[in-house]
Amino acid sequence: MKLSGERTMGASVAPVEAGGGAASAGATYSVRTDEDLITVRHAVRAATVETGFGLVDQTRVVTAASELARNAYIHGGGGTVTIEFPRNAGRRGVRLTVRDEGPGIPDLEAALADGFTTGSGLGHGLGGARRLMHDFEVHTEPGKGTTISVTRWNTQ
Amino acid sequence: MTDRQSMDIPILRLSDVLVTGLINELDDKTATVFADELTERIATERARGVLIDISRLEIIDSFVARTLTELSTMARLLGARVIVAGMRPPVAITLVELGLQLTGVETALNAEQGMAALGWHHAPRPPEGGTRREALG
Amino acid sequence: MNASDAAVRDRLTTAIRERGDEIADRWVQLQQERAAIGIDEGELREEADALLVLLGGALNSDHGMESVVDAHQDLRGAVMELSLRRERSGATPTATSLAILALKDALLEAVERDNHDPRELFPAALTINRLLDEAAALSFNAYVERREEIIQRQSRQLLELSTPVVHLWRRILAVPLIGTLDTARTQVVMENLLQAIQTHDARVAIIDITGVQTVDTAVAQHLMQTVNAVRLMGADCFISGVRPSIAQTIAQLGIDLSTILTRATLADALAAAVDMTGQDSPATGTTKNR
Repeated sequence: MKLSGERTMGASVAPVEAGGGAASAGATYSVRTDEDLITVRHAVRAATVETGFGLVDQTRVVTAASELARNAYIHGGGGTVTIEFPRNAGRRGVRLTVRDEGPGIPDLEAALADGFTTGSGLGHGLGGARRLMHDFEVHTEPGKGTTISVTRWNTQ
Repeated sequence: MTDRQSMDIPILRLSDVLVTGLINELDDKTATVFADELTERIATERARGVLIDISRLEIIDSFVARTLTELSTMARLLGARVIVAGMRPPVAITLVELGLQLTGVETALNAEQGMAALGWHHAPRPPEGGTRREALG
Repeated sequence: MNASDAAVRDRLTTAIRERGDEIADRWVQLQQERAAIGIDEGELREEADALLVLLGGALNSDHGMESVVDAHQDLRGAVMELSLRRERSGATPTATSLAILALKDALLEAVERDNHDPRELFPAALTINRLLDEAAALSFNAYVERREEIIQRQSRQLLELSTPVVHLWRRILAVPLIGTLDTARTQVVMENLLQAIQTHDARVAIIDITGVQTVDTAVAQHLMQTVNAVRLMGADCFISGVRPSIAQTIAQLGIDLSTILTRATLADALAAAVDMTGQDSPATGTTKNR
């Protein structure tokens, strides 16, 4: 699968707003428990429906949200998920930004390369989430936490 | 949604086959409790087959996928065959894109086919693979 | 916002308030002269009145001068709607931009009537320029976005047309693929095929690639994904029509397709599939995922 968009590793770079696009302000959900995970999934599902995503795209985005949110509360000791609705060249999208203040990801390359075929479900679920979304950005600093921003565009 | 502790996934027994279905609001705790209980039941009831209907699951993420894979392995070790039935098309697509193949898990199109595979068709089979509804009666 | 900026904005809102009718009339006249558009005068006048009110409101707001039009929700909406209306009446995007830019003259003329001091007129002219340049750019952008939407919708429709799923035999489906396989197309194939498997209660799916010219790593990867997804649904999948050159490429690329059932031709695959569904032994009702 092709990946578009930039991916920053280590260094902290402000996200670039795609040309002509205006992202409307989003809602933020906290993820500290199992139940929060279900709430996030519901909110993300509603967001994808609102954006006009088909059933498969809805499933992709909700699954990615589930992976990232679980990471935040298992590896990051809890965090937040923000849902936004960016626009770019006539396309609408859903952007999820997952933040935690955990230990950070020591080896980002390894976390992302959790393997296309191993399928063990171990690691950070990052690689999987990245494959399900169009744009993917990570900022992580040891001891300071991790922010992951993913976007999927409506291609229908 | 307040009292999640009370959420139990029923496991039915039809002679030597255990039949169960996962619900959509599956959280990690419920999934873990379910896997433990099912493994326990397979052992104590000497089940030969297990049918898990997942047609109501709207998403399967790596946690649920791992639970299903581990369940299959454990059941096999206990001498039972697990069939996971009724995966929705969007879920299947998302799983492969996620890179999860459910290696070693046996799947069927729907619960009916899964039951048939587990030997639940006592009535004579219609000649050209027609409906099997009567087989379950 | 600094004091002189505020003064200019104030001057403009006053002109719009006091000379609104005049400006609207002049704008409509200029539009008819400069931009050939097939909208009747009454409608243009109504549109002009509404837009001027919003423009006055936007100037009065505390949005910065650099994006007054974009930041003011209602004004932005009105400009986009104007752009859409022009497009529907057959105006080119250039004509629409010219029509919006014509409002510059109408506004400036109105301001000039009450002020003769060039030191005051110059900043007013600058502000008018910025304001309407932004509006014209926005209308053009709206036009491009609408086109983009149409293109995307059409390419999606084209994809759907080029990847039919054929119900070949009882509980056997086939997808004949022709041409180039890319990510978007493979995804459509996968979605359609899986949906059809569910609808037809199919046991076997055959993906025929006789008409596919080349296979690279990405395409092979996509095919593997499709096969795996079919298996997760509980059905089986054959790939047929692998040309010798493609077989060679796959071998050279070192792609492991060993877990995939392949046949030389669609006919061979169909025979194998019929065998598979025909016996209908208990073992054939499920799929072991590898």
